[in-house]
Amino acid sequence: MLLRGLVNSLIIAAGAFGIGLLIGIAGAFGKLYGGPVTRDLLEVYTTLVRAVPELVLILLLYYAGTDLINRLMDMLGYPPVDISGLAAGIGVLAIVQGAYSTEVLRGAILAIPQGQIEAGRAYGMSPWTLMRRITLPAMVPFAIPGLANLWLIATKDTALLAIVGFSELTQATRQAAGATKAYFTFFLAAGGIYLVVTLLSQVILARAERRTRRGMPSFAGSGR
Amino acid sequence: MTATKSDASIETGGKAAAEAIHIENLHKSFGNLHVLKGVSLSARDGEVVAIIGGSGSGKSTLLRCINCLENPSSGLIRVNGEEIRLKPDGHGGSVPADRRQIERIRSRLGMVFQSFNLWSHMTLLENVIEVPIHVLGVGRDEAVAVAEKLLERVGLADKRNVYPAFMSGGQQQRGAIARALAIQPRVMLFDEPTSALDPELVGEVLKVIADLAQEGRTMVLVTHEMKFARRVATHVVYLYNGLVEEEGPPEQIFGAPKSERLKQFLRNIH
Repeated sequence: MLLRGLVNSLIIAAGAFGIGLLIGIAGAFGKLYGGPVTRDLLEVYTTLVRAVPELVLILLLYYAGTDLINRLMDMLGYPPVDISGLAAGIGVLAIVQGAYSTEVLRGAILAIPQGQIEAGRAYGMSPWTLMRRITLPAMVPFAIPGLANLWLIATKDTALLAIVGFSELTQATRQAAGATKAYFTFFLAAGGIYLVVTLLSQVILARAERRTRRGMPSFAGSGR
Repeated sequence: MTATKSDASIETGGKAAAEAIHIENLHKSFGNLHVLKGVSLSARDGEVVAIIGGSGSGKSTLLRCINCLENPSSGLIRVNGEEIRLKPDGHGGSVPADRRQIERIRSRLGMVFQSFNLWSHMTLLENVIEVPIHVLGVGRDEAVAVAEKLLERVGLADKRNVYPAFMSGGQQQRGAIARALAIQPRVMLFDEPTSALDPELVGEVLKVIADLAQEGRTMVLVTHEMKFARRVATHVVYLYNGLVEEEGPPEQIFGAPKSERLKQFLRNIH
């Protein structure tokens, strides 16, 4: 039962992180290169989402969001849809993650030496080629520490979905503990599982960071 | 191979080789700062044009206008006979009217920067094959074969799998020259290619550039290396305060300058 909860948690975290990353890429480019209207809209988005507690956002987007979608469906003459907890969870957390990703990636793009982007332009790269071949890969080493944080936050934010009754790891634990009265055992186990997820993530992220930083001298080497 | 400086000038004078770069009455302002105040410049095929001048004279800006890294405020730029179409940007300046046109023109201009600007997430070889493959649409095998020859030529064959950050400045700049040559440029543009180098590394880069001049490549070169300019250039342009103060063959510019300001400039350099 805990394992099913864990799987649900990981699916939501991965989905939210992935979609959040896409929102973040679009958001970061929009903020840096977009027109004034795009920039203002994105500013409103990142400010609002980062200002409101995630718990409130989840309640708001989950209940108000599903209600809104169903009203919209009703207005267009479709029958109401039943939005699964999983989809709603991914959607809500993706919106939250997207706002933070936007800022992480914007910073990473700004950290790329401007000359490298200029070199791409000077050789006739189209904006799309420039983004795909130069800007995105060049920013990755600068983005990974921030994105690693976001991933770890995503895995734990899934616990907030317990509040809307979705059976992710924390909710599953609560039910199991309530049924057996063995609160200590189950919550300790759940804590252990979160820890294992974090440790495994760190190993993978450290490897990714080393790999993407292979074009950069290490601090240890340059310190002499 | 045997074309010397004087041969080249006879050729351009006699047969009137095609004009590779033609700039007419170019103006450029950054806000209230009027950097270029009506500059005209021409480089025929096979010519090596050196642009010299003090700091703030506008020489780098002039070079960067050729491929619209800086958008000129007004004026005419022709590359290989094709005029870059410009349109007003709404703030008193202008921008390229046709993105595809400017991209196509840029992809045949080999730009070499003061700070090298190799792409740090790619190895040297990857840097050299990047534009041929992803902009010009050359096949990978062909691009690699060309790149290997070019790296050999600039003396970096053993550095092909090294990332730029692990190379010296001189090596990076020679690599950047290989990257520029890989696109088979019609014109090479050098923006103070040795200004960011430690003095002992300047020689190796100048040697590569001199070799290119020897083989009759068309080049526009912004430089502080006066001896070098005198040796390789077929035509020298002295910019002062956003205007061409004096221009001519290197013997005249360095040997018998007319303008007082140029005389002063040459005295201060040595």
